[in-house]
Amino acid sequence: MTGSKDEHSSDHWLVRPSTIRRLWIAGIGVLMLTLLAEFYIPTKGYFGLDDWPGFGAGFGFLSCLLMVLVAKGLGFILKRDEDYYAENDRD
Amino acid sequence: MTELLSPALILIIAALLIPLTGGWIRTLVVLLAPVLTLAAIWQIGDGVQGTVRFLDYMVEPVEGSPLRRLFATVFAIMAFLGVLFSYRIATWQELAAAFAYAAGAIGVCFAGDLITLFLYWELMAIFSTVLVWCGGTPGARDAGIRYAIMHLLGGVILKVGIEGIVVATGSIQIQPMLATDFSTWMILIGILINAAAPPVSAWLSDAYPESSIAGSVFLSAFTTKTAVLALLLLFPGEPILIWVGLYMIMHGIIFALLENDARRILAYSIINQVGFMVCAVGIGTHMALNGAAAHAFAHIIYKALLFMSAGVVLYRTGKSRCTDLGGLYRTMPFTTICAIIGALSISSFPLTSGFTTKTMISQAAIDEGLMAVYFLLTAASAGVFLHAGIKYPWFVFFQKDSGLRPDDAPLNMKLAMTGCTAICLLLGIFPELLYRYLPFEVDYVPYYPAKVVFYLQLLLFSGLAFFILLPLMKRTVTISLDTDWLWRRGGRLLGSATDSVLKHFEQIKDQVSTRVSTTLHYLSERYLGNPHKADKEEKSVFARSWTIGTTGLWISGLLSAYVIAYYF
Repeated sequence: MTGSKDEHSSDHWLVRPSTIRRLWIAGIGVLMLTLLAEFYIPTKGYFGLDDWPGFGAGFGFLSCLLMVLVAKGLGFILKRDEDYYAENDRD
Repeated sequence: MTELLSPALILIIAALLIPLTGGWIRTLVVLLAPVLTLAAIWQIGDGVQGTVRFLDYMVEPVEGSPLRRLFATVFAIMAFLGVLFSYRIATWQELAAAFAYAAGAIGVCFAGDLITLFLYWELMAIFSTVLVWCGGTPGARDAGIRYAIMHLLGGVILKVGIEGIVVATGSIQIQPMLATDFSTWMILIGILINAAAPPVSAWLSDAYPESSIAGSVFLSAFTTKTAVLALLLLFPGEPILIWVGLYMIMHGIIFALLENDARRILAYSIINQVGFMVCAVGIGTHMALNGAAAHAFAHIIYKALLFMSAGVVLYRTGKSRCTDLGGLYRTMPFTTICAIIGALSISSFPLTSGFTTKTMISQAAIDEGLMAVYFLLTAASAGVFLHAGIKYPWFVFFQKDSGLRPDDAPLNMKLAMTGCTAICLLLGIFPELLYRYLPFEVDYVPYYPAKVVFYLQLLLFSGLAFFILLPLMKRTVTISLDTDWLWRRGGRLLGSATDSVLKHFEQIKDQVSTRVSTTLHYLSERYLGNPHKADKEEKSVFARSWTIGTTGLWISGLLSAYVIAYYF
């Protein structure tokens, strides 16, 4: 956990901080490319609303955000210990 | 005569042979039977192949059509790949039950009438229950009993509907209908129970993850997709299915996001994926019905692939909770790659089978001008990528280093996963392979640049959302209450609540009756006397000893009063 170079180089190459940083950069690059692609391949919406440039990106991101938040909120109500059902089932 | 024999019989015979054989002969039987079944399926022409008189009904054991052959084909392929995956680890009970179960599914595919359909339907219910029990744990035993109760209940409801139809129309034909009266509603509900529709969808997420490694691979394929086929045959264009389907889609996503058990995540994503198909059946256009059929075909394969990858992990590590797993890509690269391809397929990523099939359903919503449905389906596609496309492989194979260094899959499992992976990619790259077998002529272009860009944006930004929101999705060692709470706890709570209310009433009743009896006792003692008291000590009005004179006076007074009353 000291973060020294030697320790990390013994890790699997995929989990080294330098690799992870590169992956983030590459990932964001790909995201940018999908946005820029719209200049060459204009996407056409079907219902007016989805004619906006970058609609797919925004819609995907926001719906995921919403779903995660709803799940998180429901989790407060619905989550129970793993042995919730086991406690009384075999008494 | 042979045209009356359903291809399902081959699998039933194989199921009977499995316990009688052993060693390489059994291996031969289990690997050969699905191939022979597949060959038999393609011998069946269109239309009813013959009738038999049963009681007063003309039963049609075998009826062919492109749709029926398509489902039977994928069921046979699945039986083969599932057996290839599991024949070395599965017990003879598991293999025999899986074959009888698959036979039920294929029998339903070719059932020409409602009676035949019902018989095969129940065959599936029985042997899928046995498969759940093959999990072998006390949890599997309990889940199996709950599973059996739910499916037998569904069977009874379906039977009520079928009998209603027979009484009303005298026909046992399988033909499109709408849910307009009691009987058709009963049939629809009976089928929807098998499709894991709300509010009983929890039977699926409850039972499948409790089954064995092999069991869950088979279970993931047959029951729900047979229900989709039954909906396609009986209720195309039933509008309520659109909303039932959309609810299933969202329910599956939200609960999969909450879940910690890898196999239960996959179980929830079955509910989600079947929701797409149910919604498509509800839309009911040729495009939508083609979409439902194609999606079912693709879904069975990639879902089996995902369950196989989770099965390999469970087989090698004995664990399936995300909190116990992670970092497995180091020693299980093959399984990791297969899981990723399965995950990309379920997320309808371009070049996978999900993209060429599921997007037909969205297209059908666009064609019909169903804006809300289209946007919800699109949001759901993003959500699928979130919960199954990234969450499942990330938490199982990457995430943290769990310290586990298991071996990769054994050869036969690798072969089965390779088969599934190949189908996922083939259907993604050459969709015409599947399109030409769909029930209606396909007028659909799966790939054009604008659509690919749109889906790449949608999915990749969902991926971004996943990694940004990762802190919110930290796995906890918990379960989530689903609707099965209603019958696992709700019934008991209702029982104990009723019990305490009744006890309360009983208390009140006891109090009142004690009070009434004391009062009555007091009054009777006061006026009528106590039987255990000597007459001379009696003080009560009507019980004490009176002198003869007083009695005579009273009698004469009463008689006079009577005489006077008589005259008036």
